[in-house]
Amino acid sequence: MSEDDITLTLTLDGDQIEVAKGATLLDAAHLAGVDIPVICYHEATSPNGLCRICVVDVDGGRVLQPACVAECQADSKVETRNERVERSRRTILEMLNASVNLDEAPEIQAMMTDYDADDARFPDANLREHTVIDDNPFYVRDYEQCVLCWRCVQVCAEDAQFTFALTLKNRGHDTSVATAFDISMTESPCVFCGQCVGVCPTGALKPKLEWGLEQGWSAAELRQNTRRGRKRSPEDDDGE
Amino acid sequence: MTFHSRIDTLLSIYEGRGREALLPILWEVQGAYGHISPEHVRQISHLLRVPEADIFGVIGFYTLFHGEPTGRRIIRVCTDPICALAGADDVLHRLCEALGVHEGETTADGDYTVEHSPCLGLCDYAPAALVSARGEADVALPHVSADSLLSDWDGQYFTPAGNDRSVLLKPMLRAAPETLAQYGNYAALRRAVTEMSPDDVITQVEASGLIGRGGAAFPTGLKWKFTRGAAGEIKYVVCNADESEPGTFKDRVLMEHRPHLLLEGIALAAYAIGTDKAYIFIRGEYPKATAILADAIREAETACALGERVFDSDFSLDIELRRGAGAYICGEETALFEAIEGKRGFPRMKPPYPTTFGLFGKPTAVNNVETLCAVPGIIAKGADYFKAIGSNGSAGPKLVSVSGHVRRPGVYEIEPGITLRHFLEAICGGLIGDLQTVLMGGAAGTFIKPEDIDVKLTFEDLREAGSTFGSGAIMVFNHSVDLRDVLKRLGRFFQHESCGKCFPCQLGTQRQVEILERLDAPRAGDSERLLDIGLTMTEASICGLGHTAGIAVMSAIEQFPELFEKEL
Ligand SMILES: Cc1cc2nc3c(=O)[nH]c(=O)nc-3n(C[C@H](O)[C@H](O)[C@H](O)COP(=O)(O)O)c2cc1C
Ligand code: SF4
Ligand code: SF4
Ligand code: FES
Repeated sequence: MSEDDITLTLTLDGDQIEVAKGATLLDAAHLAGVDIPVICYHEATSPNGLCRICVVDVDGGRVLQPACVAECQADSKVETRNERVERSRRTILEMLNASVNLDEAPEIQAMMTDYDADDARFPDANLREHTVIDDNPFYVRDYEQCVLCWRCVQVCAEDAQFTFALTLKNRGHDTSVATAFDISMTESPCVFCGQCVGVCPTGALKPKLEWGLEQGWSAAELRQNTRRGRKRSPEDDDGE
Repeated sequence: MTFHSRIDTLLSIYEGRGREALLPILWEVQGAYGHISPEHVRQISHLLRVPEADIFGVIGFYTLFHGEPTGRRIIRVCTDPICALAGADDVLHRLCEALGVHEGETTADGDYTVEHSPCLGLCDYAPAALVSARGEADVALPHVSADSLLSDWDGQYFTPAGNDRSVLLKPMLRAAPETLAQYGNYAALRRAVTEMSPDDVITQVEASGLIGRGGAAFPTGLKWKFTRGAAGEIKYVVCNADESEPGTFKDRVLMEHRPHLLLEGIALAAYAIGTDKAYIFIRGEYPKATAILADAIREAETACALGERVFDSDFSLDIELRRGAGAYICGEETALFEAIEGKRGFPRMKPPYPTTFGLFGKPTAVNNVETLCAVPGIIAKGADYFKAIGSNGSAGPKLVSVSGHVRRPGVYEIEPGITLRHFLEAICGGLIGDLQTVLMGGAAGTFIKPEDIDVKLTFEDLREAGSTFGSGAIMVFNHSVDLRDVLKRLGRFFQHESCGKCFPCQLGTQRQVEILERLDAPRAGDSERLLDIGLTMTEASICGLGHTAGIAVMSAIEQFPELFEKEL
């Protein structure tokens, strides 16, 4: 029997299930048809287990476990949605909502409804304020909508592109995604591969065309201001 | 000299190094130029082959590095709870007034930048400041005033510590650190490398019952056994000298007074786990201890107690000093590794644990300064001598840092088992005023009321009482203290020091401080909000910072519920 064939059993929300050794709790939940919310987790990026919306209770341990990265332990008892789990998920959502503009993050909004999160739980909170950065013909960056999932930084670096145009600036709640010394994307090493836009879970990174349409730009403005203007004609483009 | 030749000279010694040299280089540039400019970053990027964006990200993570120009002199005044009691806000205010700037700004003539700082570990000399003059070594200043900060800087201080019965601390009569001659030529290490196998050393340490003094209370012998047993040729010992928990300064005193005791402890650890390379990661706010250790390493190498073929044995050891740059989180062991590796100090996910995957991905034994200082005594005098001190669950002498309203604040070596009352009333010279509460264990500690101070100071008794030794900090507050103000400052500390990686702590420390800032006029439901935040941080965060960032506040809600209600 090879390593991969080894299985183990655990109890997930009362049901006994069998999983391969090395499977994460999220894998186990998928297998059992149980839904666990995720924000930072994405198949294309290496997991950092940082949003913590996916936490579950394993054996009533002192701390909850992030399902997207924590491996299944043999004979453990997992509860994916008990009172502790709900409090953590609800509070994370309420706190996030107080810092970030989630208007264009429908999945997170659905989680807020599901977990009964109060839209106004934290009055007088500091919303992270940013102005929209429109510095290249391909996409705009609105970090007021950024949840700091790190996905864009990761695909720009070792997870995909090895371009290293993006980094994290400052620390703690003041963190934001940035280029070196906040130079424009066009001055940065960015090759406009667009992978960051593809993995962004919110409206923080948006194709310029989509943004232009929202701004009510005319066809001429759109041509002039987006990457379409750099191609032979708008019709030749492969679309967004 | 032109800009380029100057910086080239500065950087030339780092030729051929990789990303791990990033923090040392940033320190060189910060020291010489007062900030790290885009041009510097371009050159460093080229030299170390690290992307410019990454270097920029690193600069922004560490508060002692500046990406923008600063004044020729930078003054940072500590405003954490103990310095605040000693009038730090007033000092900062007067200083800003005298210089005509706001906090965080630089004077128009470029002479001064004024900032506030988290705890500098000089709580027995409150209020304290850390000052930097362009091109000179940083200086930590005791008992500062606006006037003293604007005249010649006098960094003379020493913390009297130890008595006839103490083993870790020697009675210090002079400010000078113990020399090698005074210390003795590493008899325990000599004995280990000539007469004992590494396993013998580990067995002794295990038998002594020594448990880690860094906060997590993990058995030291076991940690070494795991590291020694881990697969791989290359291993490391890391001494955690990042001591940044507010109210904690015991490791500073050990390093400033007894550097050779620490170096011998590190050497024994290295011999035990099987490595010839160790790092000391010391917080950037400890310039004096850093200089003392650097001298002591040279001294010990000259005496063949460190370096190539220690005491003519097959054991060699290189100890490298690494300076942190203003980030409490780098005391967390995996964030510390990231800092040495030249990255932002983000804690890693565990498992894997450091004993198998630590610094540079290699098996690593990371230990607190005090833990390592306990080892030479164990090897020299045997495990039984150590076990005989203290209680069953708390073997050996323990250091605590006491500050606030006691007559003699400072570092004390106690025998676990004495009560907190005895400690405060008899050992620290007695209380000043009527005791209101003791904050036990540091910023992440719990409040103990006067009626509960008969608790015994042992790991196990404190745990049972719902408290902790934590970092060994004991902050004493009499009735003159506004606990709301204390809580507000603790909240600011965690908000400032959260690395920002995980949502519960990045957001929770922010939401927490927002509520603590309005405690004078709280909103209905604020204690419930604080409890939800605290429990979520405790249960869902990645690392120990988040796990404990709400502990003091939740303890205050339990002990002093009235603080969270509207005043009528
Ligand atoms: C936020 C945070 C800060 C820490 N700071 C320190 C520190 O300054 N010094 C220290 O020895 N341990 C510190 N620790 C604990 C270390 O992670 C680690 O457990 C310790 O260095 C192990 O040494 P020991 O086994 O000798 O106690 C900190 C932990 C956390 C979570
Ligand atoms: S910009 Fe988008 S992808 Fe990048 S960190 Fe923010 S939310 Fe995540
Ligand atoms: S708990 Fe806080 S300090 Fe630790 S990883 Fe999370 S954000 Fe960073
Ligand atoms: S989805 Fe698991 S931590 Fe973000």
